[in-house]
Amino acid sequence: MTGIHEPWDETRGAEIIAEHAGQEGATLVILHALQGAFGYVPEAAIPMVAQALNLSRAEVHGVFTFYHDFRHKPAGRHVLKLCRAEACQAAGGDALAARAEARLGVSLGSTTADDRVTLEPIYCLGLCATAPSAMLDGRLVGRLDEKRLDALVAEAQR
Amino acid sequence: MKMRIFVPRDAAAVAVGADDVAAALEQAAEKRGLPVEIVRTGSRGLCWLEPMVEVATLKGRIAYGPVSPEDVSSVFDSMASNGEHPLRLGIADEIPWLKRQTRLTFARCGVIDPRSLADYRAHGGYKGLERALSLGADAILAEVASSGLRGRGGAGFPTGIKWKTVAQANADRKFIVCNADEGDSGTFADRMIMEGDPFLVIEGMTIAAITVGATKGYIYIRSEYPHAVEAMNAAIAAATRGGYLGTNIGGSTQSFDLEVRVGAGAYVCGEETSLLESLEGRRGIVRAKPPLPAHHGLFGKPTVINNVLSFAAVPFILSEGAKAYADFGMGRSRGTMPIQLAGNIRHGGLFETAFGVSLGELVDDIGGGTFTGRPVRAVQVGGPLGAYFPRALFDTPFDYEAFAARDGLIGHGGIVVFDDSVDMRKQARFAMEFCAIESCGKCTPCRIGSTRGVETIEKIMRGERVSENLALVEDLCNTMKFGSLCALGGFTPYPVLSALKHFREDFGPAPATLQAAE
Repeated sequence: MTGIHEPWDETRGAEIIAEHAGQEGATLVILHALQGAFGYVPEAAIPMVAQALNLSRAEVHGVFTFYHDFRHKPAGRHVLKLCRAEACQAAGGDALAARAEARLGVSLGSTTADDRVTLEPIYCLGLCATAPSAMLDGRLVGRLDEKRLDALVAEAQR
Repeated sequence: MKMRIFVPRDAAAVAVGADDVAAALEQAAEKRGLPVEIVRTGSRGLCWLEPMVEVATLKGRIAYGPVSPEDVSSVFDSMASNGEHPLRLGIADEIPWLKRQTRLTFARCGVIDPRSLADYRAHGGYKGLERALSLGADAILAEVASSGLRGRGGAGFPTGIKWKTVAQANADRKFIVCNADEGDSGTFADRMIMEGDPFLVIEGMTIAAITVGATKGYIYIRSEYPHAVEAMNAAIAAATRGGYLGTNIGGSTQSFDLEVRVGAGAYVCGEETSLLESLEGRRGIVRAKPPLPAHHGLFGKPTVINNVLSFAAVPFILSEGAKAYADFGMGRSRGTMPIQLAGNIRHGGLFETAFGVSLGELVDDIGGGTFTGRPVRAVQVGGPLGAYFPRALFDTPFDYEAFAARDGLIGHGGIVVFDDSVDMRKQARFAMEFCAIESCGKCTPCRIGSTRGVETIEKIMRGERVSENLALVEDLCNTMKFGSLCALGGFTPYPVLSALKHFREDFGPAPATLQAAE
């Protein structure tokens, strides 16, 4: 969730890395923990993770860039994710995605100029029988229609 | 007497206001000075009736739905007085949509408190493990094999054979891995059972562990499922406190530890070898097989990797016996399948039934057609890698082999319904686009083929040399099907080719005006 993240701090980053480094296969666990704390994975943290896990920087960078979840810079103050997978497409999701883009003036995958809202596609929230669905800062919303979408967009812009 | 009211905490119910309804019920009770206990359950799976709330009565639990916060005051009065209400659905277990199901795996889902080990045990939980501990490994393997259980993730590989292979392998460590990376659109059964009956998944994994001699297990859950992550973590903590995980499980000499790991938004990690790579902390790049995970799996050790629903089916098989499970089903598809009805559908949700029910019965009769009220034109069965079926194939029985014989697959049991406004060119293009976004990049047919596929279908959409480009797409699909390393590239042709075959009219030459302009 946004708005509750700490600014990047090397000592704090090192603490987080040390906390999880003992687990087997810890790379994703650490990247998740860093992003949970700072809202993104600062580039400065990559060599620190590599050193802690005895990996090369390239390996950690490779993992970081492979997964859609990990951010290289902070998201907007609010993150609105719209499901773009088939079940939501079947239930009118295409038109709603276009509407959200028009309302916010950005395309899916980008952040508004005032840094308030990041609009992102997501491929399936598992709410396929109450489609179309969305997630605003971790809060799930199903049975989306124009009215509910507009309310979500307005809430995100506040 | 204190009223007991049940409100789902399932993500699908929460997404349509279940938390607000629970809060409003508390307030309504307080205002009237009536003591209530609100139990947060999983979902019964009647998603169009969510939030569906129930109240305990001497005759059974009475259901109401769909309940909005504005309805709560009058619903509460109806509950307190056992009076009429427009949203009153009667005894929950008697609702026809629920009653006609065969709930073996989902028997407790929506009924019990998923945070309570005591509730799980009170409803028959851990009977399977108790019997398994008394049987020993060989007898468990025989039970699982003769139940006919096949991998519910989609591949349909016999679970008994997989377990036996790991049991026979010699190694200092073995692992149990639960694939909860349910990325297919139109599927949510894994999510529902993890949120609604998480101890069942733990029990199934524990039985696998004592059978093959594994001492550590991982549940790999996709990050899109925060509620399931929370539910599984809470259940693991409760099971550990209760002596069902850790050392001397269930009073035996066996030990088993379980840990949740969270994915990071990569669809391909639902492929088992990619998932293992991800668990090891690497890019989710698919491994070539052989070696099989059963021989060389997580951290190079023999590993049982099964889907959530496969593990969740096992406790019933052990507690009630293999025959009780195998008596359901058809052909080589034994037992039940939790089928998920989704997309543009009137009565969407989770419908567990024996294999053999026809696609038409599922969509038209059980699903009630579309919620837009328009005619059903296409259904995609088995997720983004599953074929699109037209009405002409609605007589296909829900069975692994029957779907394969018609160039389709049942996959993880998801059915996404589209009405007659669907543009099948767009769906075919999306299948290729999704593959291009999610390809791990290891093999060329998938990595490059999917992007070329998007481009070629776009040419067809623009009306450029339509028949030549259609032939090219078919040729490309054959290359992807036979040349890809895993099901992502290998099965993306299913939706594309089925769209071409059954909905050819959507790909016809563009209107003359467009061609003239070219």
